[in-house]
Amino acid sequence: MKLFRYLAVSVDSILAHKLRAALTMLGIIIGIAAVLVTVGIGSGAASSITERIEASGTNLLTISAGASRGLNNASTLTVADAALLEDRTIFPTVVAVAPQYSASATIIYGSSEGSYTVVGTTANYASVRNQELATGAFLSEAQVTGDERVVVLGDTVASDLFGADDPVGQSVRIDDTLFTVIGVLEASGSSGFGSSDAQLFVPLGTAQGRLFNAARSNGSYTLTTISVQGVDSDALDALQLQIEQMLRLRHRLSADDENDFTIQNQADMLEIASDVSGTLTALLGSIGAVSLIVGGIGIMNIMLVSVTERTSEIGLRRALGAHDGDILLQFLVEALVLCALGGVVGIGLSFAVAQLLAAIPSMSYTIVIEPWSVLLALIVSTVSGFLFGLYPAMRATRLDPIEALRYE
Amino acid sequence: MTTHTSNQPDDSVPVIDIQAITKTYQMGAMAVHALRGVSLRVAAGEYVAIVGASGSGKSTLMNIIGLLDPPTSGSYAVNGVEVSQLSKNRLADLRNQEIGFIFQRFHLLPRTTARRQVELPLFYAGVPGGIAKQRALESLTKVGLAERIDHRPDELSGGQQQRVAIARALVTQPSLLLADEPTGALDSQTGKEVMALFHALNAQGITLIVVTHDLGVASQAQRIVTLRDGAIISDELNRRHTTPYLPASTNGHNGMSSAVTTQELPA
Repeated sequence: MKLFRYLAVSVDSILAHKLRAALTMLGIIIGIAAVLVTVGIGSGAASSITERIEASGTNLLTISAGASRGLNNASTLTVADAALLEDRTIFPTVVAVAPQYSASATIIYGSSEGSYTVVGTTANYASVRNQELATGAFLSEAQVTGDERVVVLGDTVASDLFGADDPVGQSVRIDDTLFTVIGVLEASGSSGFGSSDAQLFVPLGTAQGRLFNAARSNGSYTLTTISVQGVDSDALDALQLQIEQMLRLRHRLSADDENDFTIQNQADMLEIASDVSGTLTALLGSIGAVSLIVGGIGIMNIMLVSVTERTSEIGLRRALGAHDGDILLQFLVEALVLCALGGVVGIGLSFAVAQLLAAIPSMSYTIVIEPWSVLLALIVSTVSGFLFGLYPAMRATRLDPIEALRYE
Repeated sequence: MTTHTSNQPDDSVPVIDIQAITKTYQMGAMAVHALRGVSLRVAAGEYVAIVGASGSGKSTLMNIIGLLDPPTSGSYAVNGVEVSQLSKNRLADLRNQEIGFIFQRFHLLPRTTARRQVELPLFYAGVPGGIAKQRALESLTKVGLAERIDHRPDELSGGQQQRVAIARALVTQPSLLLADEPTGALDSQTGKEVMALFHALNAQGITLIVVTHDLGVASQAQRIVTLRDGAIISDELNRRHTTPYLPASTNGHNGMSSAVTTQELPA
């Protein structure tokens, strides 16, 4: 196969101009590495976000008091609403319900003090929200019904107040009431809004009655949130609609009124998150693609220089019997080899960069360079070698051999 | 590729048969007549010098003989094959098989070993690598460079570089060696060595055309063709030529004794 013999010719030529070849490839190397790393960051972020959403509980619907927009009205979500959701004859696809009443409070242990969110909830909470315990136990049914003064600490709260000490069995003061610590949650890993790490969990009735004196609506204590676990993610949409209709009826909303509660569907959130990260990946990838095009133009530039520089060589090859196709192939193969080599080095570089970024401690997610993107990078670099090598190669074939031989 | 000197039992088919060739270049509105009706026959085994001042048309004639440039009118046959109607690729094949080029500035590829230089025409002929390697070695041996096959141009003297170029020209066993000012870039001593090599090759029956403006180089040939203003003004046998022109014994490579070769090869 003649094509393979040109490979040797082009490798000779590349080896003869090592520095120039390396500088030429640099464009492709950086372009490929940029695309792979940015797309890798995008997919790494996507999987990290997905993980976090899934970590907060599977098949989860979160009903929050108050309209999604507008004024912050008084809560109309009540314990009675939550109790109704437990009724399997009305809601057969509900697995478990965890009503929550949250408010912020000052926590004191010894000389340590801090302000945290105290969540009053039931024993179901841990399973509904996928919470594991690091030590001790979560609130039991008996403790909840007995409105006992026991508390489960989030990871951050425990380390803030107790440092390395074991908090289980110790007493903490929440807004001047003494509570006994019965357990500490495992760190959820996520930080920021909605994380359970900076929260404390007490029996629902204790929070509503003794601690915060929660408002009542229709004779029932109000709630801030109800977490509902469905049987599977397919059931969530129908369940959401059913709950919405039920709550609108119970809250006596007329057709014109907006919901006085907000239901968040975890499947929706996953979808939004993957949409966002997909857009992010596409954006980053397209920036990388621009640099790849710039790299390709660099190849074309150097190949044009190379053709001019080797005019007399082309003339000689003509005199020795080279066809148009021979000259075309020689330069095309050279551009292809440059680009493919640059692509391979770029792929290597992207893995090195991924390793380097993974070593940064504040990097909360890994860069995922997937096989398909490596394959795509190779194809793109080879195709760009072909595209950007074609014009210089055609220029080479158009040289007049007599002029070319005379060229010094 | 059916015609080759060694396959020609009949001497009457000349290697070069040019009939009333003209070449006109269009320079803007002005037509430049580089050749105005040139006829030239070169038989197998001849050693011809084409001389003339610059602008005489000798370079144009050389390019036409070398199949690098088509004539404007007239006919040209190489070994009896009329070339005026041939395609670009067919002409390239004919150059590859029938004509060995030797240039003033050698035209060797940079950073390439002597053997690879000589293999190049065989590459375009599609000769498999192993055979090409062997033939390149034979050809380099013929010009006395068997010891230098792995040297690159910058490791060779000017004379050695020109001998690599001659080996490259010989490697396809062409009907004709076409040399353009072959000693122009060499000092007089190495120039003499190259001329001696030409003599030896011609003595082996190889047809040679040397294009030059150097009368010293021309005087080595059997026959001197002088061009002026695009026309041949004289075409005569060179009486000073050391080996007499013997048409009867120029039928191929085996016609001459090899004793001459060993005598005249440069050390």
